[in-house]
Amino acid sequence: MDYGLDTKSARLKTFNTIFIIVWLLIACFPFIWTFWGSFKVRADFFSRSDWWYAISAFNTLIETGGKFTTNAYTEAWTEGEFWKASKNTIIVTVFVVSISLFLGTLGAYALSRSTEKYAFWILMAALIFRAMPHITLVSGYLFPFFELQIWGILPTTIVVLVAINQPFTLWLLYSFFKTVPKELDESALIDGCSYFQAFRHIIMPVMWPGVITAGLFSLMLAYNDFTVTALLLNQENHTMVPKIQSYLGTNQHEGNLMWAVSAVVSATAPLFMLVMFFQRQVISGLTAGAVKG
Amino acid sequence: MPNKTFFWFFLPTGLAMILFIGLPIISTGIQSFYAQHDQVVKEVKKCDPFGCTVSIVVDNEETTKIRDAKPLGKFNGFGTYTDRNHLAVDEIKKFWNETGSFGAFVDQVTNLPFYKALIFTLTYCLFVTPNVLLLGFIIALSLNAVARKIRGPLIFGTILPMIVTPLVGSLVLFWMIDSQGIIGANIQNLMNDPYLSLKSSKTLTWITIIIYGIWHHSPFAFVVFYAALQTVPQEPIEAAIIDGASRFQRIKHIVLPHIYPVVTFVALISLMDNFRVFEPIIGFSAEGSAQSLSWLIYDNLVNEEVILFGSAAATSMMTIIGIAILLAPVLIRTWKEFKTAR
Repeated sequence: MDYGLDTKSARLKTFNTIFIIVWLLIACFPFIWTFWGSFKVRADFFSRSDWWYAISAFNTLIETGGKFTTNAYTEAWTEGEFWKASKNTIIVTVFVVSISLFLGTLGAYALSRSTEKYAFWILMAALIFRAMPHITLVSGYLFPFFELQIWGILPTTIVVLVAINQPFTLWLLYSFFKTVPKELDESALIDGCSYFQAFRHIIMPVMWPGVITAGLFSLMLAYNDFTVTALLLNQENHTMVPKIQSYLGTNQHEGNLMWAVSAVVSATAPLFMLVMFFQRQVISGLTAGAVKG
Repeated sequence: MPNKTFFWFFLPTGLAMILFIGLPIISTGIQSFYAQHDQVVKEVKKCDPFGCTVSIVVDNEETTKIRDAKPLGKFNGFGTYTDRNHLAVDEIKKFWNETGSFGAFVDQVTNLPFYKALIFTLTYCLFVTPNVLLLGFIIALSLNAVARKIRGPLIFGTILPMIVTPLVGSLVLFWMIDSQGIIGANIQNLMNDPYLSLKSSKTLTWITIIIYGIWHHSPFAFVVFYAALQTVPQEPIEAAIIDGASRFQRIKHIVLPHIYPVVTFVALISLMDNFRVFEPIIGFSAEGSAQSLSWLIYDNLVNEEVILFGSAAATSMMTIIGIAILLAPVLIRTWKEFKTAR
């Protein structure tokens, strides 16, 4: 901590710098390495003989004539049908984010403005729902979905992801709405607004930071989900993450590892860009529940 | 807010949660009391010039008919809970009577699928959660000491492991640690053991998954602690410096008590998340030596011949009970606070 009276010894400063550098290496190097390796051929990135091939590109030179190759990308996106998976991911993400923000803001606003006892119990129930492992919920969905014949399609998955996402969105937006003074909507009510009008015209305009944070978290959940999408979607409708898993192969059929590597990079890059732009919101979202509560 | 207005505002989200979180839990509960139908078999007499043989084959037509009539399966009561793949009551009784020493008994029990998974899940929670708290706190302290200007990019680098999905995160690490990856190959060279690999050793696999867990969850603890550190008041710290308190004493007696509520929050969240560990097992292809409760459910649900709804549901119910036990202290505390606040 940088306080006026707090003098740090040179040794402590050096130690601190070294620690941060080491930590950042541990945190970031795996991603840099995967990015680097995605432009090599399999024999280099997963070399049986010498790991240095991944840097010197020994086999990549022999197979493609250059030190870098984008073969893994073109193959995964065309032959591997990764374009379809990313199209599905975009559909799922857009719908999940917009629907869960719509439901979440309404519900959280009501919770934050209610003085009744049941508001507390609803928040507690949401906390318990938040703790449920997704796979246990999926084991509850599968059978009824098969019977109703709504398994495998995108709309079902979107609704399920919205619902799974609600507890967290509610808590997050609740803590944001709490910071908006009650007097603001009360004066609007006195002026003759209905609750919905006060919500729509008075509260929402000042809530954008909170809504962006909640939206980002819904986006990350929908974009990153594996459990729900892998089990509730059929092969045709798979999103990116289950698609990556399908490239890994199983005992029965050999997968295509380089496809998986390039797909991992393709799927991670947009997410990193997004977080870079919205870093402030992500951090305020993570701390909203913790520091204020 | 009047009750009626509250109702209409809350209805959409409430309906979504009841339909897709509340009902599935009930549906899981019901399914756990049923088991899939046995296959109907029939005797087929086959005659060839050398004589007749009677063989038993599956009567697919009959089996489908029964399955269509009662898709939920046959009622099994608590049968699924007590069978070999879950609580294994009979097996444990048998082991208790047959094995000589207590060590051998424990050994036998921990080889049963459910207990094996339970032990891995608990070990994972036990090692990952405290280390996440510790590492997250240290990173927060040390980033808090660097110049404000360069903190932005440093924070971005720190939170990368957290924002990727666990499957991708574990794959990225696995590709390096695997025997054909950069770290794995170098460790083999260093140890001079060409057969050393992740898959060959159970202990190594467990350690790798636990390290992955710490790597993935620490950024979350860091972010929360970092934000909490910004709210620590300066005056008591300055007073402590004047009184000659060491850096360690200042952290122990001023900073830690101040951020204590946040520590319990992070501990709770990461305990809940660690309890459902599942994707790293797929990412590290560690199914052979490490199985978690969530993985058992997944395995039942992707079963190729018949989806084992009953078995998956029984494991799910027991996982939910586990979560309830973890959450109980928090709920009781909140309830007490709520009662005194009134």
